[in-house]
Amino acid sequence: MLQTISILVENKPGALLRVTGVLSARGYNIESLTVAKTLDPQLSRMTIVVDVEDRIRTQVIKQINKLINVLQATDMTEIPSVIRELVLVRVRCGQEARTAVLKEAEIFHSRVVDSSTDGFAIEATGDPEKLDEFIEVMRTYGEIDVARSGAIAMSLETKKLRLQPPVAAPVAVQAT
Amino acid sequence: MQTETGKLMNGAEILLECMAREGVDVFFGYPGGVTLPFYDALYDSHIKHILVRHEENAAFAAGGYARATGKTGVCCATSGPGATNLVTGLVDAMMDSIPVVAITGQVHSKLIGSDAFQEADTFGITRPATKHNFMVKTLAELPQILHEAFYIASSGRPGPVLVDIPKDVFQARGHYVPVGAIHLPGYKVFTEGHAGQIKRAAELIREAERPLVYAGGGIVAAGASAELRELVDLANLPAVTTLMALGALPASHPNYISMPGMHGSYAANMALTECDLLIALGTRFDDRVTGHLPSFARHARVIHVDIDPAEVGKNRTPDIPIVGDVKRVLQKMVKALHETEAELGKTKNGPARQAWLQKINDWKTEFPYDRSRAEGEIKPQHLMDEIDRLSGGQAIVTADVGQHQMWAAQLIRFNEPRLWVNSGGLGAMGFGLPSAIGAQMARPDKLVFSISGDGGFQMSLPELSTIASNQLPIKIIVMNNGVLGMVRQWQTLFYNNRLSSIQLDCFPDAEKLAAAYGFKGRTIDKPWQLAEALEEAVREPGPYLLNVKVTPDENVYPMVPAGGAINEMVMGPAKPVEAGA
Ligand SMILES: Cc1ncc(C[n+]2csc(CCOP(=O)(O)OP(=O)(O)O)c2C)c(N)n1
Ligand SMILES: [Mg+2]
Repeated sequence: MLQTISILVENKPGALLRVTGVLSARGYNIESLTVAKTLDPQLSRMTIVVDVEDRIRTQVIKQINKLINVLQATDMTEIPSVIRELVLVRVRCGQEARTAVLKEAEIFHSRVVDSSTDGFAIEATGDPEKLDEFIEVMRTYGEIDVARSGAIAMSLETKKLRLQPPVAAPVAVQAT
Repeated sequence: MQTETGKLMNGAEILLECMAREGVDVFFGYPGGVTLPFYDALYDSHIKHILVRHEENAAFAAGGYARATGKTGVCCATSGPGATNLVTGLVDAMMDSIPVVAITGQVHSKLIGSDAFQEADTFGITRPATKHNFMVKTLAELPQILHEAFYIASSGRPGPVLVDIPKDVFQARGHYVPVGAIHLPGYKVFTEGHAGQIKRAAELIREAERPLVYAGGGIVAAGASAELRELVDLANLPAVTTLMALGALPASHPNYISMPGMHGSYAANMALTECDLLIALGTRFDDRVTGHLPSFARHARVIHVDIDPAEVGKNRTPDIPIVGDVKRVLQKMVKALHETEAELGKTKNGPARQAWLQKINDWKTEFPYDRSRAEGEIKPQHLMDEIDRLSGGQAIVTADVGQHQMWAAQLIRFNEPRLWVNSGGLGAMGFGLPSAIGAQMARPDKLVFSISGDGGFQMSLPELSTIASNQLPIKIIVMNNGVLGMVRQWQTLFYNNRLSSIQLDCFPDAEKLAAAYGFKGRTIDKPWQLAEALEEAVREPGPYLLNVKVTPDENVYPMVPAGGAINEMVMGPAKPVEAGA
């Protein structure tokens, strides 16, 4: 089953690789991955969708949480959350199909972002399955190009972030 | 001293200042192009540097130093080939949770990414080989990163940390600005353990009829031997210690059983199979211990204490998970046990507990490890038994990997932690000799035996030169069976005795080899020579190489075939013993 993991991570070089390394070292293929800065520019929020065997799902979360740069990793599949994705679809269609395409776009609450003689570019957001359907529908009208953002997720729980307090650095020079 | 820090220094000097503040007295390394500025600064430093003969051995020696003391071991290598040579030693430290800090030089920061001479992506290569790694970009961040590296290596579940430093950072000039605090908000160290769970654990311990302590390397890492002993004595618990924890409970303790697992003792494996409460302390249910996991301790409720939350529930779901420093948790557990005792009187299962201890003692006497000797040849067991006698539970013994390692673990007894040094998780051949260098540097007062097979010895043979030049009085024992013994054993038992690429011909003449390095050596092959030759080696004030030719076709028993249940041990050549028999 697909697992959506939301990760709050320090924005440091190599941090992304450390996280994906936990998955790749176990031979898991990442379905999608998004990452961007948070309100605090020193932190990034990462959302990973990955197909992990059920019996090691918690292990994967624990291993990611163990990374020094990771503040918190949460399995969004287990808790109340919203998961959304954005897709851009360019559909090439003949004059006769234009009205139908626009109608479908409306049904999916999507937005036309470009229109030309050979078709449209349409932007849609929604949960990933809904977007799968949208793409399937658009496909019936002609040749399409697709770019998907990958899922982003937000927890609807109020969970407190547990952070490690600072510790004192060594000050004394050892006697020689 | 604040005054010292006022003077203008270069990055290399600042690095040495940081190392001194971390209490580094000795480290192991090998110089090269980009670390020249560092070695130049080292020229004026009081910190001792041991020039090994291969970087892999710098990492193993740092690990040996750490294993023998609990202090963080430090190694150093140049960029490119120097750094890649360190990798095996880093993974070894990772697998066994050993605190090691590795310093590597990197090419000038302007050249990074240009395939410059001796450039390698050390940061990328060592990411999965370390607990954490850093690349330093500016001199200003060097002290902070270095202190963070030492802190990460030695705290929580210890492990190796690598710091990659470009040449220009070594050369840049600046002031050492003392680092006030280390702030790693995402580095979660859970030490205290859940009070309620600890209380429940104490209740289970009091109620159990067949309790068993299963202690691992975490006890050694936490320095919790005294606490372990208190628990064992207070509740009169029998205990096994894993390959990583030999000596965590004195072998001479009456409640001590021995090592469990693939080559563990009959009593240890049977106790694990039949216990009704398993008290797992700082251990990770490794496959070499558990064998077939669903059969492992199948009648037992499990208390699992570990500092690493990812280990708790990884292989076995515990009834009572306790995430915390095993030393702190044991202190609280002992206290809780005292309280439940006071509250509820002595354990109500007195007779059942006595019967359980008796049963274990019967297993111990009926199926002890084989210490047998032969008439015309030296059996490997005889060799280990003699070393055991000379050590008296007190010497440091480093082992390489293979049959000799298993015989040493079975037959040499340790009465303190940090005496037994071996590559447990990674099983890296070549570990024995360089780790002895680290251990002997750390403990000059101690008698150190380095026991290797004829295969693994030759993997780290160049270190004889390091041993000679530092006059380290290591007793180097080669258990020479003429083959890659452990591989031969598996080929014999599981591959129809089709012996493929295991013959080790042309072993050098030990006397001449040692003489070539300027110390004493000898080869023996008669049982009556053994005790006297070992005594001679121990008497020798300097290093000594003793090549002991042993029976070539001896197998290590008991043996649990890979993936089998641990009560289904093969006890000797074609004489299987089943459980419940
Ligand atoms: C670096 C490395 N390569 C290969 C192995 C696989 N291996 C495990 S034991 C062993 C045989 C070791 O032979 P020797 O050093 O003579 O020790 P013995 O088993 O004979 O005591 C080998 C090849 C290993 N553990 N480490
Ligand atoms: Mg051998």
